[in-house]
Amino acid sequence: MKTMGITLMVTILTGLSTVWAGGDTTSHESNMEAIALVQTHADYIWTLIAAALVFFMQAGFAMVEAGFTRAKNAINIMMKNLMDFSIGSLAFWAVGFGLMFGVSAGGWIGTSGFFLGNFIPDGDPWVLAFWMFQVVFAATASTIVSGAMAERTRFSAYLIYTVIISGFIYPVFGSWAWGGLYKGGGWLEGLGFIDFAGSTVVHSVGGWAALAGTIVLGPRLGKYGKDGTVRPILGHNLPLAALGVFILWLGWFGFNPGSTTAANKDIALIFVNTNLAAAAGAVLAMFTSWFKFGKPEVGMSLNGALAGLVSITSPCATVSPLSSVIIGAVAGVLVVFSVIFFDHVRIDDPVGAISVHGVNGAWGTLAAGLFNAGGTSVSIIGVQLLGIITCFLWTFGTSYILFRLIHLLIGLRVSPDEEADGLDHAEHGGMAYPDFATSSYAQQ
Amino acid sequence: MKKIEAIIKPFVLDAVKDALAEIGIMGMTVSEVKGFGRQRGHREVYRGAEYQVDFVPKVKVDVVVQDTMVEPVVTVIQDRARTGQIGDGKIFVLTVEEAIRIRTGDTGNDAV
Repeated sequence: MKTMGITLMVTILTGLSTVWAGGDTTSHESNMEAIALVQTHADYIWTLIAAALVFFMQAGFAMVEAGFTRAKNAINIMMKNLMDFSIGSLAFWAVGFGLMFGVSAGGWIGTSGFFLGNFIPDGDPWVLAFWMFQVVFAATASTIVSGAMAERTRFSAYLIYTVIISGFIYPVFGSWAWGGLYKGGGWLEGLGFIDFAGSTVVHSVGGWAALAGTIVLGPRLGKYGKDGTVRPILGHNLPLAALGVFILWLGWFGFNPGSTTAANKDIALIFVNTNLAAAAGAVLAMFTSWFKFGKPEVGMSLNGALAGLVSITSPCATVSPLSSVIIGAVAGVLVVFSVIFFDHVRIDDPVGAISVHGVNGAWGTLAAGLFNAGGTSVSIIGVQLLGIITCFLWTFGTSYILFRLIHLLIGLRVSPDEEADGLDHAEHGGMAYPDFATSSYAQQ
Repeated sequence: MKKIEAIIKPFVLDAVKDALAEIGIMGMTVSEVKGFGRQRGHREVYRGAEYQVDFVPKVKVDVVVQDTMVEPVVTVIQDRARTGQIGDGKIFVLTVEEAIRIRTGDTGNDAV
């Protein structure tokens, strides 16, 4: 009697739950689909949060550049940073994304997806999330240059450059290394080139474009004496510069781990590697400056943290935490000597962009080969070197031609009077600090 | 009337101001200046490049007084502004031709 009652209960309950689940043979598949959808949603959330973090790096760059330059040019720095993101976004939407991630012509250039043509209303919006993540990377590459070319570049010339780098120079190289992340497929990635978050694709592109720009521009007035002396032009607000570095460090937690574009456990290692490299870079740069100049110097220490971050960007997913410390430490020492070197050859870089992004982008890309957790080899290192060199040739070559052309057509540099007056007044008709009496402390 | 111009170290300003108030000086003009005397400056480093900082921040105190007050004011300033270290500053005494209080139109000794 009791057994019959229980059997009846179980039968009724099973029947009810079957009705409730909408059929019993498909419930396993529909469960799997539901789980996969949760994962997809998580992928979207992580990718877009990371994109927002990388966007915030624009504030970091703006503060670093303002802090390391003079007060009379602060508005100009703000305008350049505001515009290289805004114009860059539009150029990448219109042309850049398609050149980078569109169907590839022979592995050399993308040919589809312009104006976000891959997005159909009510269609799969993943292309939108992916675009959003990629546009903030493109903008990072283009904003690197504004720091190196600060305090003497004609604003209109800078706007033209921004369109070309976001719309063409960056995406074409990017298609060689990252096109396969969407609809493309580049020749360089096909060889096994490792650049997880862009030491070369983003940072070296920015750094070598900056090098081209500073060479065509020439140094700021008064920076170098005829006898080879270097006359420092002091930054007007070092706390702002430091704030900028902290913001960049924070944003890098989106830059590196976000490059998984997926919510999974891999991001933990990438977070840790990113942080350790930054820390090691800051500490080693500080000690290097202490040893060389007698006191720990803030500008070098800040550049050291950034150099560490740039250098780990390529290997962050494929090296161990110990390797990250070593990679960042080398970057910290390298950046100090690089800054001194460029001053020695009279290439004026007010914020150290070439040293931080160009030189250490190359180091980081090489390190990805040397410290590869799966083992290194001559061919792995060879492919890394190939990527480093082709990036330099492509980026420096096209940028140099571009800047020369701009110089020919409208002039790249402001006049000496405008430079002495300050670009805030000369180019924008404004004053950044009207309530403060500003004067330059230790130079002309 | 005389104007007493005192270039002093910034951190002694409060002591000088209070001491002047004690002898009846109720007004002054203070400006932030930089300069150097025989002390010169020092060398610093910025992003790997050395430079000489010659100018040192100072404060300039301007007080205009009747002739009889010149000696007490100079004594007070010298007393309160002196630290014995290089860079204590200097005091200058200049002749003032006219003084006018803007609000009331008072002139001469009535205006200082």
